[in-house]
Formats: sequence, C-alpha cells, structure tokens
Amino acid sequence: MRKILVVAEMGRAGPDDSAFELAAAARAAGKALGEHRVAAAVFGRGVAEAARGLAPWFDDVFVFDDPQLEIPDGEAWRALLALLIARERPLLTLIAHSNHGMDYAPALAGQAGTPLVCDCVALEVRDGRLFAVRSVYGGKLNARVSVALGDAGCMATLRPGAFPAAPAPQGAGAAIHAEAVPAALTPRRRCLGTVAPEPGAVDITQSAVLVAVGRGIEEEENLGIIHSLAEALRADVACSRPVVDKKWLPRSRQVGTSGVTVKPKVYLAIGISGSFQHMGGVKGGPFIAAINKDPAAPIFSVADVGIVGDLFELVPLLEEKVRELKG
Amino acid sequence: MSASDVTLPAPAAQDLLGLPAPAFHLAMLVLAAAAFGFILWKRARLLLQGAPDPRLDRIGTRLARLLFLGFGQARQPRYPAAGVLHILIFAGFLILSLRSLTLLGEGFSAGFALPGLAGRAGAAYASLKDWTALVVLACCVVAAVRRALFAPARYHDRHARKSHAREAYVILGLISLLMVADALYEGAALAGSGGAGPRLPLASAAALCLGGLPDAALGVLHLSAFWIHNAALLFFLCYLPVSKHFHVITSLPNVFLLDLRAGGAVKPPRHGAVDQGAAEALGVGRLEGFTWKHLLDFYTCTDCGRCSDQCPAYATGTLLSPRMISIKCRDLAYQCFPLLGATVPPEERPALVGDVIAAGEIWSCTTCGACEEVCPVLIEYVDKIVDLRRFLVDQGDVPPSLQKPLAALEKHGNPYGKMARKRGDWAGGGEEGGSGVRVLKEGESADLLFFTDSCVAYDPRLQRIGQALGALFGAAGLDCGTLGKDEVDSGHEARRMGEEGLFETLRDKNLEALGRRTFARLVTADPHAMSALKNDGYGLAQPILHHSQLLAELLAAGRLVPGPLGDERVYTFHDPCYLGRHNGEFAAPRAVLSALPGLRLVEMARARSRSFCCGGGSLYLFSEVECEARMGELRLCMAEEAGAQVIVTACPFCLLNLEDAIKTSGREGRMEVLDLAELVVRSLNRGVVG
Amino acid sequence: MEIIVCVKRVPDVAEVEVEVDRSGRALERQDLAYGINEWDNFAIEAAVSLVEAHGGRSTAVTVGGPEDEEVLRRALAMGVNEALHLCDPAFAGADAHGVALLLQRAIAARPFDLVLTGAISSDQRNGQVGGMLAALLGIPQVALATELKVENGRAVVRHEVEGGLERVVELDLPALVSVQTGINEPRYVSVRGIRKVADQAIPVLDAASLGLDAAQAQALLAQVRIEELFLPQRGKGAEMLEGSDEEKVLKLIERLRERGGL
Ligand SMILES: Cc1cc2nc3c(=O)[nH]c(=O)nc-3n(C[C@H](O)[C@H](O)[C@H](O)COP(=O)(O)OP(=O)(O)OC[C@H]3O[C@@H](n4cnc5c(N)ncnc54)[C@H](O)[C@@H]3O)c2cc1C
Ligand code: SF4
Ligand code: SF4
Repeated sequence: MRKILVVAEMGRAGPDDSAFELAAAARAAGKALGEHRVAAAVFGRGVAEAARGLAPWFDDVFVFDDPQLEIPDGEAWRALLALLIARERPLLTLIAHSNHGMDYAPALAGQAGTPLVCDCVALEVRDGRLFAVRSVYGGKLNARVSVALGDAGCMATLRPGAFPAAPAPQGAGAAIHAEAVPAALTPRRRCLGTVAPEPGAVDITQSAVLVAVGRGIEEEENLGIIHSLAEALRADVACSRPVVDKKWLPRSRQVGTSGVTVKPKVYLAIGISGSFQHMGGVKGGPFIAAINKDPAAPIFSVADVGIVGDLFELVPLLEEKVRELKG
Repeated sequence: MSASDVTLPAPAAQDLLGLPAPAFHLAMLVLAAAAFGFILWKRARLLLQGAPDPRLDRIGTRLARLLFLGFGQARQPRYPAAGVLHILIFAGFLILSLRSLTLLGEGFSAGFALPGLAGRAGAAYASLKDWTALVVLACCVVAAVRRALFAPARYHDRHARKSHAREAYVILGLISLLMVADALYEGAALAGSGGAGPRLPLASAAALCLGGLPDAALGVLHLSAFWIHNAALLFFLCYLPVSKHFHVITSLPNVFLLDLRAGGAVKPPRHGAVDQGAAEALGVGRLEGFTWKHLLDFYTCTDCGRCSDQCPAYATGTLLSPRMISIKCRDLAYQCFPLLGATVPPEERPALVGDVIAAGEIWSCTTCGACEEVCPVLIEYVDKIVDLRRFLVDQGDVPPSLQKPLAALEKHGNPYGKMARKRGDWAGGGEEGGSGVRVLKEGESADLLFFTDSCVAYDPRLQRIGQALGALFGAAGLDCGTLGKDEVDSGHEARRMGEEGLFETLRDKNLEALGRRTFARLVTADPHAMSALKNDGYGLAQPILHHSQLLAELLAAGRLVPGPLGDERVYTFHDPCYLGRHNGEFAAPRAVLSALPGLRLVEMARARSRSFCCGGGSLYLFSEVECEARMGELRLCMAEEAGAQVIVTACPFCLLNLEDAIKTSGREGRMEVLDLAELVVRSLNRGVVG
Repeated sequence: MEIIVCVKRVPDVAEVEVEVDRSGRALERQDLAYGINEWDNFAIEAAVSLVEAHGGRSTAVTVGGPEDEEVLRRALAMGVNEALHLCDPAFAGADAHGVALLLQRAIAARPFDLVLTGAISSDQRNGQVGGMLAALLGIPQVALATELKVENGRAVVRHEVEGGLERVVELDLPALVSVQTGINEPRYVSVRGIRKVADQAIPVLDAASLGLDAAQAQALLAQVRIEELFLPQRGKGAEMLEGSDEEKVLKLIERLRERGGL
C-alpha cells in the first residue's frame, strides 16, 4: 500500500492552515486511488506537540525534530525529504505552494527524479494519472495538466487557500515516528539570518493582496481605517495618484501608468473611480473587488465584484468581520 | 572734433615710460590683441572638436533673422524692464564702438578721425556719442541698483551652486569706467577751452566739475583719462571671453547661426552620418559630443534666466532648470579646456551625464520649447536634451517607469501594451456608420486619412475626440479612412525620449501601412503626431493637417454649420506646444472658435507662442518626475486669471492633463476642458436643435 | 567568474484577450507579441552586473524554437558575453523537468560558478526549472532571491520566505539562484543595441549534441501533459453585491475567501 505524503508547514502557533488543506486534498486523492495511507512529515525544533496535533488527520506522522531545523530551511527540508521519499516511496507527495515550498519542491523533485506539478488549484486522480488545474498566462487561462502516477511517484504543490480543509476523518490517528536527523544537513548552504523588511519599504509589486485607496478617502486622517483593514487582511496598501499628490502615501504606493505595475491575486479598490491611467497598472488578471458610492463609477465595469456604498461605513465593518473570522 | 581745438597736450604727442606714445600704444594693442586672440583660440579649440552641424544654408534668411533678432533685439521687450535697459545699452554699445575706435586711433595720431567722421558729421557724432554715453552710464547705474536691490526672482536660480552675479557688477563697473574716463578726457579739454554746453551733456558735466583746476592738472587728467579708457577698453575685450559676457562677442554670430529647420523637428543623432546606427555610442555623453553650435550656445548664454523663468519643469519644482544646463556646461568647458595648460583628458573629467547634469534633469523636460522661444540669443535646448537622452538610452540607463512604455511600443506599437488588433476599434469598425471614419484595408483609398495615434486609439476618454471628429467628418460629407491595426505609434515620444532606433522602426511601419493606401490628405487630432509626420523624416507627399486646420476649412467653406452654443461661460484656448510654438499654428483653432456663434472667448496672458505646457509633454504621461506642483494645475490658475471657465484645447495630451488637474485641484463643476472637435460637435448639435 | 543565465521567451498577455487555439491545448498565437520573461530580465541584469564587478564571462541559454533566438540577442545586447541556443524539434512540448534536463546537459559540459534563472516564467508559471536544474547539476540552490552578492567564492543571497520575511543564506559556489523581480533595475535595451549584436554568432545545440536520441526525447522530456486550456469563469462587469451593509460585507468576504484573499 503506497502512501500519500503531505509536507506540513508550521506556523507560529502549530501547524499552518495549509497543512490541513493538503491533508484534505490527500484524503480525497486517496479515496480515488482506493486504499492508501496518508502521511505527514513535520520539521522543526520542539515540534512534537504540533505533530500530535496533526495526528487526527493522518495515518502516519514523521517527525524531524532537531536544533538544525529551528529555522525552516529549504535545502535542509529537501535533504531530509529526499531520504524519506527514497525510503517510503510515496505515490504522491503534496507540498504547499508557499515561498518555502517554491524553494525546495523543485529541487526535491529533481533529486528524487519525480515529476512535479506546481501551484495546483484543483486535483483529480483517475485512470492512473494525476490531473491538476493550474492558472497560467497571468491568470487569464487555466490549464488542466496530467501526469502518470508511475513507479517514481509524483509531486504536486497546492496553492494555499484553494483547497478547503476538512474535519479530521473518523478512525484516523496517526502513528508518530521520530526520525533521525543527520548532522551537517546542508553543508553548502548556510542560513545567516532572517530580516524583516523595513516597515516603510513595502514593495507593492510583490504583494498578493492589495487594498488600494483613492480620493474617496478625503482626508489623510481617514487612512487609518484602510491601514487596519489591510492589516486584518494581511494585505499591503496601494493607492491612486491623488493620494500620492497629497503626499499622504509615498510614490512607491501609486498604482498606474505613471506609477508602479502590480500583479496581485486580489485587488480591493476603495474610493477609486477606476480611471484608465490607474487600472493600467493593475496587471495579471487579479480578482478585483470595488467599494464606491457612485454606482456609475467606471471601476465597476472592470471589477469582479462591487459594493455601492459609503466606504466610511463599509470599511470598518469589513475589517470587523474579517477579524471575527480570523479569530 | 572736440579734442582738436584745445590747448591740452594730445596723447599721441607724448612720451610714455620713455617710449613715444604711438609705440607704447602699439605695444599695448599688440599685447591685448595677442591675449584676446589667444583666449579666443583656446575657446575655439573645443568648438573645433564638436560634432558637425550645418548652419550655413539660407544665408538671406539668416541675415534677416540676425537683423531682426540680433540687431533688432526683438525678444528683449518680453521682459520690459530688463529688455529696455538691454536695448539701450546694446544700442549705446553700437554707437560707442565708433568712439572707441577713434580713441584707439588717437593713440597713434593726434586728432585722429574715422573716415566719414570728420567735420560736421564728426561734430554731430560727438554730440550723439556724448548723449549716448550719458544714457549708458545711467543704464549701468539703474541696472546695478536693480540687481542689488530689486533683483527679479529669476536671477537667482534654485539650482545654482555658485552665483555669477559678481561678474555682472564687474562688467557694469567696466562699462561705467569707460564712460567716465571718456567724459573726463573730454571734460578736461572742455574745461580748458570753455566749450561746454548741452550739445555734450556728459563731457560738459565733467568740465563743470573740473572747472577751476590749473591747466597742468587738467592736462594730466586729460592724458590719464585717455590711457585709462584705452586700457580699460582692451581689458574689457579680453575679459569678455572668460566671463558670462562672452555673449557680447558670440551672440550676434549665434543668432546668425540659428536653427532654421522646421519647428518641432529633432536633430538627427549625427548630422551628415549616413548610417546613424554605426556609431559606437549614440547621443551626447561628453562635451565634445555636442555639435559645435551647441557648444557655442554655452559660450553665448547670458545667464539671464528667462528660459528657466518660462520653463514649466522649473516652475513645477523639478530638478531641471534649462539655464543651468548652459551654465554648468560652460563651467565644465572652461574647466576642461583651460586657458592655460593642457586640455583635461575625458577620463579625468567629471561625467557630463551624472556628475554635471543629473539624469533627473534630463528626464524632466517636456520638450515644450518655451525656453527656446524666449531666449534672447536663441539658445537651443530640446535638441541638446534629446541628445543627452539618446546617450542614456544607449547606455541602457532609462528609468523603469519609462522602460514600460518603450518596451510596449516596441512589442505592440503603442505605449500601453494594448493589442494591436484593437487599434481601430474606437471607430466602431465603420459599419455602424456612427463614426464617419472607416478602417481602410490595404489597397483601399479615401480622400482623407485619419491618423489616430496611440492615445486617441486606446484611451477611452480620448477615443471620444476621435469619435467627435468622425461625426464632424460624417456631417461634412468627407470620405475618411484610418489605418486600423496597421497603424503604430507615430514615434514622436519615442524619438524625444532618445530612442531613435525605436522611432525609426515605428516610422517605417507606418510608412509601409500608409504606402499601401491611397489618400489625398492626412489629418490627425494629435499635434505630436502631426509634428512627427511633418518634421521627423516621414517625407510624406500628401499635405498633413491638424484637425483644427481642417475644421477651420470646413467651417469657412460652410460645410459645417454651427449653431449658437447658448453658453454663458467664458472660454479660452490653450495652445498645445506642438501645434503652436513648434509648428506655428495659432490661427486655425482661433478661426474655429470665432466661427462658433455666441462664444465668449478670452486669451490667457500666456497664449500663443508663450503658452504654458500642460505637462503632457508626452513622456510625463508615463513617468512622473519629482515635482512640487502640477503643470496642469498652474495652467488652470492662468485660465482662471483670464476669467475663463472652459478651456478649449486641441491636443489629447493637454485634454487629459488639464481634465485631471481640474479633478485633483477640486475644480470639478467649476471648470471644464474640451477638445476643439468636441466643442464643434456641441455647437453643431445646438444648430440642429435650433 | 563564469555565469550561466537561463532565459525564456514568453508571450506578453498583460493587456491581451487570450484565446485558445483549435487544439485546445495552446494559445492562439496570432496577434500575440513575445518578449523576454520578466523574471529572466532581472536574472540577466544580475549576471551582467556581476561580471562587470568581478570580471569573467556570462552566457545566456534558452531552450526553444528558432524564433526564440530573439531573447538571446536581447541578452547579448544587455551585455551578456555569449549565448547558447538549445533548439531541436524534438524538444517541443518539454515540461519544466525536460527543460531542466536539457539545460543540465548543456551546462554541465562547461565551466561555471553561478547559474541564474528567473524565479518563474509568466506563461506557465511553474517556477520549477531553477530548482530542478540545481538538483540535476548537484549544486546548492536558493529560490526567490531579492539580493545577490558574490564574495570570497560564496554567494550571499537574500530571499523571500513566509510572512513578508526575508532570509539571508550563504551558498558555496558553484550554486544556482533563481531571482525574484525587483532584485535590481534592469538596464534598457534599445533597438539599436539589438541591431548591434545582430551578427554575433550563437551556437545551436540540438538533441544529438546533447547526447539525446531524438526518438526517445519526447518520453523523457514531456512527462507532464497539457490536456486542455480553458477560460476561468468570469462575468463581464462586476457582480454587484446587494443587501444590508452587513450582508454586502459578508458576501464580499466570501468572494475574497474563494480567491485566496483571506
Ligand atoms: C498623465 C497622467 C498620468 C496619470 N497616472 C496615474 C497613475 O499612474 N495612477 C493613478 O492612480 N492615476 C493616474 N492619473 C490620474 C487618473 O487619471 C485619475 O485622475 C486618478 O486615478 C483618479 O484617482 P481616484 O480614482 O482616486 O479619484 P477619483 O477619480 O476622484 O475617484 C474617487 C472615487 O471615490 C468615490 N468616493 C468618494 N467618496 C466616497 C465614499 N465616501 N465612499 C465610497 N466611495 C467614495 C467616488 O465616487 C469616486 O469614484 C494620471 C493622470 C494623468 C493625466
Ligand atoms: S539660455 Fe538664453 S534665456 Fe536662458 S539664461 Fe541663457 S541667455 Fe538667458
Ligand atoms: S523645452 Fe520646455 S520643459 Fe524643456 S527645458 Fe525648455 S522650457 Fe523647460
């Protein structure tokens, strides 16, 4: 019976949300394949507790607990996973398509000689093949790709948030395996430290979620509600030109033909009319949501969803609901 | 001759330092001439290394311009106070130059007179000269006081690192010294002979002061004044080419050598080069890369600051001050081509682009031409800026915000990166019949070809200009077609950004598309496109019109019949730089406006050739330089000052910028901006309704 | 220092309404404009400026058809010293792993200290080639680099990790770095610059010269198959959310959630 292996990432307090999303996806794939065990691999220092927390969702949990793993390092994970995969020979390995996942998954697949499908938003197993849907060409098209589930197995990275997590299945409850971690894991790549970028120096061109604010905000003092909404959404704040003209936000936050070009996944436009010059800087086919009090604002013809209403009412409400939801 | 009837000793008859005066004088002259020649030669060395620049065509026109702009000082009155002072000093300078020659002659022979200036003519001249000297002296005093106490803001440049004001005082002092010395020279003689009178006001005044001095003292004074005058004169001559007053020598030649090419044209990267692409590096990266005439410009700049005073980039607080380009380049030239010692080799100099002129200055120019329009000595800036940009582009040093539109132009033929296929969509494909403009396929023909250019083709707001024009052409029964997806950007902006290769590519594509269709005339709503098609080497045989010209024609011929606008608001016309200043079309849009019944029209203070750039300047659409104010907003204030609520313009870029300025300055509902074509449509519709 | 930089030519679809061709598996190519993959442009700049600073040689490599030579010319115009074109009809349809394999065969045969790739390509958005290539070459690697320095035979790289943080790692050379946009300011390539390198020879390597049997290349290079391309569902104009403010906000949250905005 071959396994489906899930690589669980750790958040600050226990397993990351993505671990449960991968677990559910692994279960679904397992069901389509017939009898399969679903296993998780956990890395870190002092992660025994977290590993036990994962147990209800899995049949096996492989725990790599070692001081060397204190900081999640892609090359260290790759080295250990390569050993684990060689031993366990999973049919399918699922990895989160996070920055960290992007760092080690391709090298791991290359080393293990396994085909890899990245950034999947849907998975399906049939006819001995893995079918995946991925977003291509700047989000303008979706591609359905397939790869044989052969002897070498197969790997996929899944877009965080795209797969719903599911409650722990009945009857699972993993066997926990403490794994040995060899010394000198990554002799050729060493971690020198972690840096938090300066708060002012946010590069909105790299942001996945943007809360963009326009002249509808009226006063500099009102920007507070935008910043705290962005914080709740873990988004960055962008803006239209009038906001920069007034020097309420730095020029590096201006989206548009004469500002920067952004390519987020989600663009929330608040009090922005949606001029040609502004929208000229929004690329990559993001999901655009707009809040504007003018039902005829041009933004509504380019947005995916729109709310007509007063931003001063809606934004605090939205923030409140988002915070409630995130707990 | 005033000096001939006196008893005082003539300078030529004296010995000086044991030498006969003529010999001494000769030595002095030879020395001064040698120094002057040496300095000029040193200065000329740089010019000789400059790039070629043919400036000796159309001599007749050049002489006429020299007479009007040079001797006529035609641009001086644009700044009334400084202008009048300058005209007076300049005229005085011309008149007194004869006197100076005479005095030089007197060093050799007593009672020397220039040919034709003996006898009565001489007496008349003496009087004229004396009055002139008085006026010049007065002007010098006024100028010095003005400079010291009431200096206009433009004298001090925000970006100047050192002031050249001291030079100005030295020069004013020297001129005054010449006047005073001559006055004393003559005054001493008059005091001796008692010939004072209103005929010679300055000399008489001097004589009055000297009255009562013994003859011996008068004699000494007379002689000293003579030698001081001549020494000062020769010193003045040699001082000019080491100061900002080099213009006294170079400005007339500089005016004669003016740029006679069509307005709005940009110089080729290298005059006379067959293959522009062959050069190792393109553009100007060091002093010698400028053409010799552009180097002469640097020598000629008077540091008057008028260019920067008119410059919208300076007015909005960008890094650019055109005057500083000249001043800094001249300083660099003097530093690298010193009078004494060897030329500094290029490796050891500060970098022209980077150290001397910042990239930020170079990218701040809208190429509006206001600086060139006002410069009294016809210094050119746009060509220089484009040459500097060419260098930056060639080095790959282009701000990221400009790389975007340039790359899109290369790939898609428009700066927005929109699909080429959609370029003709604004015309509604022609089938709906609404637009009056149809897309021409290869081989088809139309009387009129409408060249849209990228902004009108793709920007939804600007498409409405195209549609308005289409409606007008339809109403006038014109047969009008457009190139649709086969058209690419005119390349006007690409060229002015310094991307010459890209411009050539775009031009060739357009020429190919145009060549495959037959049309009698070409019209465009974008003055930039018009200017490019006319002046940037497209070489089209068909006449190229701006829509204002065509609309004026249609209205005059009665093919469009406007109705009363019924609008109480006051209108004003904003002259787009590339229609007006660069291409001289001020009349057509005004003819259109005055053909609209009931339109209340006022002119802004800065209208026609003095129009103030809206800030569209092509590349400002894509790259915003650091600035303190927006040009568009300044322009709105000017319109308000003129009492207008509606600004009519005839350029898509102006429309966009002014409309945006209305929004950002909170003037929505109070002010409106319209394209000429849109206004005519309004008036036409009113006409139909009644 | 010997630097290899891997580049790709991709269609520019930013402002384009893309269509799927009749096979259902590829883009309708008509009306598309192509150019350098954005990420690769940063990689080239990094390579060129490293060689400017440290001396050595940089070589741009691409796997692609004859028309893809264009991006190599562009790289040369930016200042890369040499270019290498892996081109053979047998390479068509190669997946990311296949591309990495071809690159590995070409690169392993030459000396190199540093291999640079873009973090992802804007067309397929796999982001795999760099990591796989490093594994095949047996060298250390790091993805999503936002800063890259070479000192004392080591590469010091800052790269993006979770939660907006960045990590600094040190890699022994030879190593592979896949670069994120914004790592530098790529220089502009003028039309004239491209004309200047129009005559520079670019060696072409086909299947045989990479030691591949063209007949079996397909099976080796194309394991991941594209079954179909399709338009994601998306309505014209915004879906207007109705109801009380609270209802509207809750609906919005639901939509944001579906799109990964939460
Ligand atoms: C050459 C040029 C370059 C330009 N480049 C750029 C650029 O790079 N980036 C850019 O952004 N712009 C650029 N612009 C400006 C652009 O044309 C628009 O003017 C600008 O984007 C408008 O910004 P806005 O949508 O915030 O403001 P507005 O157009 O004034 O829109 C404000 C919106 O807020 C809404 N609103 C007001 N109050 C409320 C409320 N209480 N609740 C909800 N909604 C409310 C209004 O209904 C309105 O739709 C450029 C313009 C020019 C001429
Ligand atoms: S360039 Fe002309 S206008 Fe400007 S400071 Fe010099 S002389 Fe005056
Ligand atoms: S062309 Fe216009 S913007 Fe440029 S320097 Fe002259 S006045 Fe200033």
